[in-house]
Amino acid sequence: MKVLVTAKRVVDYNVSIRVLSDNSGVDLNNVKMSVNPFDEIAIEEAVRLKEAGKVEEVIVVSIGTSACGEQIRTALALGADRGILVETEEDMQPLAIAKVFKALIEKEQPKMVILGKQAIDGDNGQTGQMVAALSGLAQATFASEVVVNDDDTATVTREVDGGLEVISVKLPAIITTDLRLNEPRYASLPNIMKAKKKPVDTYSPEDLGVDVTPRVKTLKVTPPAERAAGIIVETVEELVDKLKNEAKVIS
Amino acid sequence: MENQDIEEIRQAVRQLCSNYSEDYWLGLDRTGGYPTDFVKELTTSGFLTVLIPEEYGGAGLGLREACVVMEEVCRSGAHAGACHAQMYVMGSVLRHGSDYQKKTYLPKIAAGELRLQSFGVTEPTTGTDTTSLKTVAKKEGDEYVINGQKVWISRIEHSDLMVLLARTTPQSEVSKKTDGLSAFLIDVQAANGNGLTIQPIESMINHHSCELFFDDLRIPADNLLGEEGKGFRVILDGMNAERILIAAECIGDGRYFVDKASAYATNRIVFKRPIGQNQGVQFPIARSYTQVEAAALMVDKAVDLFDAGEPCGAEANIAKLLASEASWQAGDVCMQTHGGFAFAKEYHIERKFRETRLYQIAPISTNLILSFVGEHVLKMPRSY
Repeated sequence: MKVLVTAKRVVDYNVSIRVLSDNSGVDLNNVKMSVNPFDEIAIEEAVRLKEAGKVEEVIVVSIGTSACGEQIRTALALGADRGILVETEEDMQPLAIAKVFKALIEKEQPKMVILGKQAIDGDNGQTGQMVAALSGLAQATFASEVVVNDDDTATVTREVDGGLEVISVKLPAIITTDLRLNEPRYASLPNIMKAKKKPVDTYSPEDLGVDVTPRVKTLKVTPPAERAAGIIVETVEELVDKLKNEAKVIS
Repeated sequence: MENQDIEEIRQAVRQLCSNYSEDYWLGLDRTGGYPTDFVKELTTSGFLTVLIPEEYGGAGLGLREACVVMEEVCRSGAHAGACHAQMYVMGSVLRHGSDYQKKTYLPKIAAGELRLQSFGVTEPTTGTDTTSLKTVAKKEGDEYVINGQKVWISRIEHSDLMVLLARTTPQSEVSKKTDGLSAFLIDVQAANGNGLTIQPIESMINHHSCELFFDDLRIPADNLLGEEGKGFRVILDGMNAERILIAAECIGDGRYFVDKASAYATNRIVFKRPIGQNQGVQFPIARSYTQVEAAALMVDKAVDLFDAGEPCGAEANIAKLLASEASWQAGDVCMQTHGGFAFAKEYHIERKFRETRLYQIAPISTNLILSFVGEHVLKMPRSY
């Protein structure tokens, strides 16, 4: 069976980002870019399923400018078999990405699509759900364990607010990964070398018949407010008074 | 932006190293232990096979990629001395070994089954004056009989094979003093206790250096590496690669120190403000950074020449000198920035400080590099 996985190009999690002076976004000039960490977990899960003999082919998808080829290469070095780059200069929003995936699902007929539960740039956390809705497929989000069964189903443990929820989904299904699903590996040197020889197909959204026009307009991007300095209270009475009357957290 | 191969290798090695915390290295430093599991992981993931051609099971890449591996190992807080030789000692076999030797040893070295990470050149009475070395190998039938002594032979207890340089023709009988030396591959495990005695040297850093005594050690004549009497070339050919790799390690150390110093200067609050706000603290760190980056450019230049197959003796030496001084400066500044805490072992700075000091002495001392530059680059009279 085939699995599609994602490799979104995002600012590396180690970089401390800077908001542009015109508040239109984040400065991406000369900033180190990496695969979205949740997508790394998705790639790792697919590669493990392949190593376990449950999956024949892992196809990695990245959507964006030609630079996204770097993230595809990274995923290929980690063990994906081939890549698909959907190349566009457009600002890709979750709905547009979901439509691209719908088209790719029709084209590739995978049994599973594994996506990060969110990307660390936009923190939207909605693409996987949209893909499931548009494609009419089952979804299992926030997965912390995925077991592929022989009867064309998967048993997925989900991290929900109250604890863990175990569900069974019919394949093909859309799965989004949570942090504790696995610990991604690093690429070995032979695999880094092999990755260069693996095939990557490039499409435009038009090739796939998808309209990727943005639907959401960004009004303003601002950095989080700086934390104000605290004060030192003299007595317990003063503390209680401030908590009661100033912070209004106790009554 | 670095090309993507380099970036991928850098990331992978960084991630690998992050599995071995600085406490791991401190623990080994305390006990004089060898990082067996770290070296094993670095080997099985292919990162020590960078320079071995693909036909022998290696990655077949250049010194550029090798340098990135070593730089990242050092930058992670580790000491590359435990493993760097596995990368380049095999070059002697690759360039001078017979077809049989190459096919027998290189694939096993690439697979990590054989550890060839000791070079037996230095002797107690002849340091850099290599051609005066006194260890002799005498041919008797289809064997060589070896007698003599070597010192500062690192990792020998963690090697299956070593490359040994010994005199096969007395210096008085050769026209050029570099003639009459021969290189041999020694099966360390077989030799140990059968003519070879290994004695560890307790030293300032955890470098697993030993003294070796050869007393009628008999080895098969087939273990001659290259031509008899032409062994000096075998050793010399590997030196540029070694120097450039060491320089890359210094860059890794330098960046380690600058990262640590700038982070501490930013976070350490004294007199209600970060100490890094004081220019007296900030500027030395900034200067260290500029020195490390400048040295890194020289390392880059040497690597480019080496990988292009161009002569690079001067550049390799200059890179090693500049990088070892830059890392030492950065280490000194990092210590000063941390004040008293620099002396606490749990901060790891004193360990790295001791380790990076080595590079101004080994594998060649700063003065010898200056002599080389004076004589060979600037054409001044030979000073020794």
